[in-house]
This record gives sequence, C-alpha cells and structure tokens, in this order.
Amino acid sequence: MSDKYVRLSDLTLSYGKTVAVPNLNLDVVEGELIALLGPSGCGKTTTMRAIAGLLTPTSGAIEIDGRDVTRLAANKRGIGLVFQSYALFPHLSAFENVAFGLRLKNMADAEVRSRTEAGMATVGLAGFEARKPAEMSGGQQQRVALARSLVMEPKVLLLDEPLSNLDARLRLEMRTELQRVQKDTGVTMVFVTHDQSEALALADRIVLMKDGKIEQLGTPSQLYAEPATAFAAEFMGFENIFRVEGENLVSNSGQLRLGFAASSSMLAWRPGGVHVGQGPFSGRVVASSFAGGHREYVFDCQLGEIKADAPIETAEVPLGQSIAFDLPQSTARPLLA
Amino acid sequence: MKNLTIWVILGLTLTFLIGPFIIIIFAGASAGEALAFPPDGLSLKWYFKVFTIESFRDSFLLSMFLAIFGTLTALLLGIPAAYALNRYDLPGNETIRTIVAAPIIVPGIIVGLALLRYLVIPLDFTVTLALFMAHTALVLPYAVRVVSSSLNNLRADMEEAAVLLGCTRMQAFMKVVLPNIRGGVLAAFILGFVTSFNQVPVSLFLSGPGVRTLPIDMLAYMEITYDPSVAALSALLAFMSLAIVFIAERLLGFSRYV
Repeated sequence: MSDKYVRLSDLTLSYGKTVAVPNLNLDVVEGELIALLGPSGCGKTTTMRAIAGLLTPTSGAIEIDGRDVTRLAANKRGIGLVFQSYALFPHLSAFENVAFGLRLKNMADAEVRSRTEAGMATVGLAGFEARKPAEMSGGQQQRVALARSLVMEPKVLLLDEPLSNLDARLRLEMRTELQRVQKDTGVTMVFVTHDQSEALALADRIVLMKDGKIEQLGTPSQLYAEPATAFAAEFMGFENIFRVEGENLVSNSGQLRLGFAASSSMLAWRPGGVHVGQGPFSGRVVASSFAGGHREYVFDCQLGEIKADAPIETAEVPLGQSIAFDLPQSTARPLLA
Repeated sequence: MKNLTIWVILGLTLTFLIGPFIIIIFAGASAGEALAFPPDGLSLKWYFKVFTIESFRDSFLLSMFLAIFGTLTALLLGIPAAYALNRYDLPGNETIRTIVAAPIIVPGIIVGLALLRYLVIPLDFTVTLALFMAHTALVLPYAVRVVSSSLNNLRADMEEAAVLLGCTRMQAFMKVVLPNIRGGVLAAFILGFVTSFNQVPVSLFLSGPGVRTLPIDMLAYMEITYDPSVAALSALLAFMSLAIVFIAERLLGFSRYV
C-alpha cells in the first residue's frame, strides 16, 4: 500500500491563458476513495481530466504508482473514467461496450467473453448483454459505464459526478454499489462532486477545492465537524457565519455583543447550534417551517438573518413575533478567515 | 370558401411540380417520330431506343463516374474537414465554412469558365480531370454540411471514453465516430450523387468532343434530333433519382439529414 499512489506535484492547469488550477499538490493513498469537492469552476473536473491525461498540464508532474505519467498519452495510462453523461457507444450493445477496451488488447475471444461477463455480473447487469444503451435506464447505463472501466483493471478509477444524474432511490443504491465495488476490487477511486452530502457519505477523504486551490483536506468527519475556513464551513452547513471584532460579532448589517471571549477571527453556528426560546438576544421571526423532527426558523436581528432549528417540543413562535435566542460558545466553530 | 382556396392553391402547386414529369413520361411513350404532347399514339419504342444510342451510353457512364467518384472524393475531403471544424476551435472557423460553401453560391457557369480558362487551356488538364475536380468541389459543401450536422449530435466525451479504453485518436474516430455518423455520411453521398448527376452549368464549358456528361449530351442531342427519346431518357433518369431517394428514406430516414 502506497500512500502516494497518485501524486500531483506543483500541478498547474490552464485553458489558454486562463489558469484553472495553480500549483496543486495532492497525494492519493492506494485503494482509497477520495472526493474532489467544490462548486462549479473550482477546478475539480479540470484536475480529474489532467489525471486521466485528457488535459496536458502547463507545469508540474503527475505520478501514478511511482511512475511519472505527466507526458504519457491518455490511452497508455491505464486509468478508467466514468463520465457524467456515461459516454456509452450508442451503436454497440451493452456487452460490446464493456468488451470494447479488452478487444483493443488483442485478447483471445474466449477471454474477452469471460471477463466481460464477469464485469457485467459485478455491476449486476447479467442478462442485459444484448441491450443497446438507448434501451436501458440511466442507472443501468451508468453500471455499463462502470463495468466498461472496471474490466480494464485500471490503476485509478475516476468518476465524474457519479450520483448527480440519478434519482434519490438510485443514488442510495449506486452509493452502496460503488463502496462495494471499491471494497471488492481495491481500486483507487477519485470522484468529483459538487454535492457535500455525496462526498460525506461516500469518500474516505475529501479534498475541498476553491478557485483551483485546496481549501481543506480531511476525512468526512473532520471536515464536517471542524471546517477551517468560512468557505468550508458554509459548504458543510454552517449557515450563520460572522466576523469577530473585540467582544462583538459583526456582520454587514450590524453587531451583537458576545457573551464570551473569542480567540478566532470568525465564528460559525449551524442552524442546529443556535439556541431558540431563551437567551440574551432577540430577533423577529420572518420565516418558519415544519421539518419533521425540528422547526426551521429564519429571524431578523442586529446581525441580519439568522437560521435556527428549534426542537419540535418548543412552542411555535408566529411570524412577526419576537423570539429569544442564544449563540452559545459550546456550539460555535472558530474559523480562520 | 376558404377551403376551396386552399384546394386550388394545393392543386396548382402539385400541377406545376408534378405536371412536367407526367408530360415527359407520356411524351417519351409516343408512337410518333417527333417530341410532342399529347403523344401521337402510345408505344415504348423510344424507351428502348435510348439504350441503343451510343453517345448516351458514353455520357451516362461519364456522369455515373463523376457522381460516384466525385462524391466519394468530396466525402474523403469533407468528413475530416467537418470533423475539424466541429471539434476544434480553429482561428477563422467561420471563414473556412463560408469558403467551403462557396461552390453553391458562385454561379456554376463561372466555375466552369474559370476551370476551362485557367486549368484546361493553360495547364493542359484533360476535360475529364477538370470535370472531376469541378464535381468534387460542387459536392463538397453538401458533404461538409450534412456530416457536420451529424457530428453536432455526437458528444465529444464518447471519443474521450474510447481513448481512455486504449484507442488512439484515429481508432476512436474509426470505431466510435464513424459508425455513429454513417447515416449522415450516406445521406451526404446520396445528396452529392444526385447534385453531381443533374449538374448542367459547370459542365457546360467543360465538355469537348467525346467528353460530355449526360445532361449536356441530351441538350446536344436535342439540337439535332427532335425525337421523343430525350423525353424517354429524362423520365428514366427521374425514376432513377426517385428510386434512390425512396430506398434511402426507407433504409435510414434520409429526410432527417437534409
């Protein structure tokens, strides 16, 4: 097991004169499932395309399994990529789609057949061999795309937004499927997503990216509990983020005197971390909605809007009424900037 | 009243579109000696006579040769051109598209004259070679346009997928792109074939003794012999074009591409 199985060193990627990713450094551990997470335009897809060899880096190096592949052509890298659109070949059957790469290797027909059938079985598509992509559902098409990459026994399997085109039920199914495939084959997987819940649920480690740079890197629980920056906190569901100046919390609309001494330059609270019903502060309710186990409030105070979840047992405060709340130290997340 | 107007317009349109065709069929089936309508009695003798006229045979073969090989050459040039214009953001992309379309816009008679004046006469090109070049150039715009529209419907990531599975760019093109645009290629071939076969203005200047395309030969024939065989031949050619388009429509829904 190498903990530098995929190694990106000082990688700079650009489209023409536009630099999409400046100077990226990242090590991927062998056999892990790592997520590149970030909003569109953050460079995650660009990075993935560079690993695949579909984009030549402006500078820097890409190593895979100890070998420098920076200048190696995409068709010689032995990397699999499951495209967001699946990119199946519409003129070929599911079987021929999966067998496509094997046939290029001048492999004996019997072996192509047995490996293709095994690949289709791995993704639960035995019996669908003769179907054309157009005759399959989105979920089935994605499985064909997954099998097509897996039968090549790639060193690294890249997945572009693997769950974004599926409905809620299929998402869950595919998530389990991907984790199982990864456990069975031990293949190193890098997937790209803009959906933090997808990354949190699936990945061993998450690389949060912003403007082509790594904002924070860590396990899902680290990122969820301890976002380091305002950007990371926002991505992880901290909806109330304020600057700290002296003993005050400051926003663009005003300030509020804190009840405790803060050592960081910013503080953030999840809606669930705001105490509703009692406390030193008060706001006016501008929105309130029932969300099953809790009630979601938006209220207006000196800091502007605050989002808070109240336990369902507490009495509902009607719109326009004032509500007491607290921003306690215990649930506050200190941020860098 | 409104309904009647519509029927009258429809009737007139169809009469003018299909009428001449029907007149030609019957004029060719005349039992008489001169081209006339209504025919002077009915007979198929002119339809058979057509096949015995030697100059028609030669010019038919030349026209077939030009239509088939001119179109194939145009596709050989046009498919890579369409691919490059589609897939790469080349400088002057639009200019290239306009230049490629020029042979449709420039009057054929000018193209013919230019080829005669600057290739055949000074450079001693044979008339057949000049005709071949002219027909290829004339078909090229159709080839590029029809293949382009097929390529537009084909996502570029399919080729990337093929490359990641081990294909070279060329293999990806042959194994993935070409099979998926074959309908468009066939449509371009048929369109090019018909365009080339029916072409008159360009060929007008590029005909010499013994080297004539079929339409030019028919014109020449009619100047000397005013018999119904030209009508019979015209009808046969119209049927041939119809059959080709009909088969193409049946096989691959030709009308989707044009």
